[in-house]
Amino acid sequence: MIRAALLLTAALGAGPALAAGPDMGAVQQQATNWPAILMFLFFVLFTLGITYRAAKGSKSAADFYAAGGGISARTNALAIAGDYMSAASFLGISGLVYTSGFDGLIYSTGFLVGWPIVLFLIAERLRNLGKFTFADVASFRLDQTAIRIISATGTLVVVAFYLIAQMVGAGKLIQLLFGLPYLYAVIIVGVLMIVYVAFGGMKATTWVQVIKACLLLGGATFMAGAVLYRYGFNPEALFAKSVEVHPKGEAIMAPGGLVANPVEAISLGVGLMFGTAGLPHILMRFFTVSDAQAARKSVFYATGLIGYFYILTFIIGFGGIALLMSDPSYFKLGPAGAFDKLKDMIGGTNMVAVNLANAVGGPYFLGFISAVAFATILAVVAGLTLAGASAVSHDLYAQVIARGRTTEAHEVNLSKIAAVVIGIVAIALGYVFENQNVAFMVGLAFSVAASCNFPVLAMSILWRGTTTWGALAGGLVGLVAAVVMVVLSKAVWVATLGNPAPLFPYDNPALFSMPLAFATIWVVSSIDRSRRADRERAAFEAQYVRSETGIGAAGAHAH
Amino acid sequence: MSTATGLGSAETRSAPAAPRPAHAEPGSAVDRIAHSPQFQQLVHERTRFGWALTAAMLVVYFGFIGLIAFDKSLLAVKVGSTSTLGLVLGVFVIVFAFVLTGLYVARANTRYDALSDALKRSLGQ
Repeated sequence: MIRAALLLTAALGAGPALAAGPDMGAVQQQATNWPAILMFLFFVLFTLGITYRAAKGSKSAADFYAAGGGISARTNALAIAGDYMSAASFLGISGLVYTSGFDGLIYSTGFLVGWPIVLFLIAERLRNLGKFTFADVASFRLDQTAIRIISATGTLVVVAFYLIAQMVGAGKLIQLLFGLPYLYAVIIVGVLMIVYVAFGGMKATTWVQVIKACLLLGGATFMAGAVLYRYGFNPEALFAKSVEVHPKGEAIMAPGGLVANPVEAISLGVGLMFGTAGLPHILMRFFTVSDAQAARKSVFYATGLIGYFYILTFIIGFGGIALLMSDPSYFKLGPAGAFDKLKDMIGGTNMVAVNLANAVGGPYFLGFISAVAFATILAVVAGLTLAGASAVSHDLYAQVIARGRTTEAHEVNLSKIAAVVIGIVAIALGYVFENQNVAFMVGLAFSVAASCNFPVLAMSILWRGTTTWGALAGGLVGLVAAVVMVVLSKAVWVATLGNPAPLFPYDNPALFSMPLAFATIWVVSSIDRSRRADRERAAFEAQYVRSETGIGAAGAHAH
Repeated sequence: MSTATGLGSAETRSAPAAPRPAHAEPGSAVDRIAHSPQFQQLVHERTRFGWALTAAMLVVYFGFIGLIAFDKSLLAVKVGSTSTLGLVLGVFVIVFAFVLTGLYVARANTRYDALSDALKRSLGQ
């Protein structure tokens, strides 16, 4: 059994609002958990075997960046769902449901509703226009140098913040679940992700993600099923029991204090919804399938899998309330056996899903869920690393520095080196940020994705008038605005920098920074009278035909 | 901003790694496709349907968020012995998102792919 106090809310928080969870102090290292470690070792050996096979089969740049375009729609859907079902969603949202009930749904719905938008506006056009990165698409008819610089910057900023949050989360989680020291945990994650990405490229990264998605969906299905089984598969009985034992009573069935004011609620929604459409490691997945039809189907299946998963986390959160809250063995007991049901859970409220695994399946199932949680972080950081490495080699090096005068083999080698460097930097940052509050970083990553990557991508595909200057200025404005607004908000300005009051009143900037980016692209493009701008507008027709039909796209992929 | 030649010269635009668009000269292949009735019908139908579904998703999701922001008590109304309207609506938003993607894919698999094939056939002739 796990006995600890930790600050996992901070490490795994799915967004700034999750940072409002109780501060549980430093993590205490646990007794070594052998069943979990053995199951995790099995996962690692198996995925390394896949990486070895992928490395033998990966020769070209298309193999490395896009798995040769040979991933099927169903496999890609599992990989997309895997990228999305991070430890933050699994542990963070079930923990949020445990403490606040209904409020957990606000995150679940927000994370899901970006997908239809991706499907209707982005997915097929992206596949028809692009090759390896979303910068290929954004720079299709615009200036290679300028657009790749802004796209790669957006990518690297998103990847950096996301990676830091994941690395710190991984360290704390592994310390807690496996009883390994924090630094070891961070190094293990960093080294494994380097191996997956540098040797196996997109093929290995995809299969690691697929295997983990299956394990996670299977484990979560079993847990939710076991919870419902206890209540005769009647959700009303589960809710009735939850309301009875939860200290907030009936209030858990209705919106609570998570989203304090209307502007905050809408801004959070905008960031979650459109951030999804700008996450570079997700967008890259559309290039791993053979054509637009497969891209379209993969979003449909992925939306179903992700929606199903969020419903499971909701049941798991309520199962935690119903089954754990009245059992003192899951809490740190104060004098006379008293405990606070919301604050004193062993390991903190992010451990609800893990503790529930023990309650419904015993110590071996607990070991399994722990191993899956570790595998989840590993798979997500590998995807992020590949996206970052691709931005460095394919966008910055090949197009900006070498100006297209490089060989494919050289570019792929550089990507592998970039993966190693990103891995080492991630380990260092994970170490540096061990005791920092990093909860705002996932929210910041989504905000930047919604305010820089998404506007540049959407406007370059959908609006004839977009010019290089417009896209460059808008992307830059969105990026800077999102970062500055988060720095001036409560999460950083007050909680991290120690100032008395925030200069920007909201935790989530996307409602302001994203429209600002779109407006800047529109205004600057409209007043851009350069000759290049005329050429770019004239080139829209050809891009338009290809984005809508895929005619001309077949030759883009070397497979 | 008027003479934007500082970033990226014409040479780099022919970089082998990046697909380059052909210019839409009158009478060129691109121009012929763009003005073909099949293309215009395909794009018109699909664009309209895509934006309509996008609008539906935005209305449903921000409607839900709007209720959370402005009318919490409505969402607390009981619809079962314990479950509330808010809970039902939250699950509805998730199911709705999935159903919308399903609608789009079903239409695209039949109607749009057929239009697209017809367009490609007409170009081959």
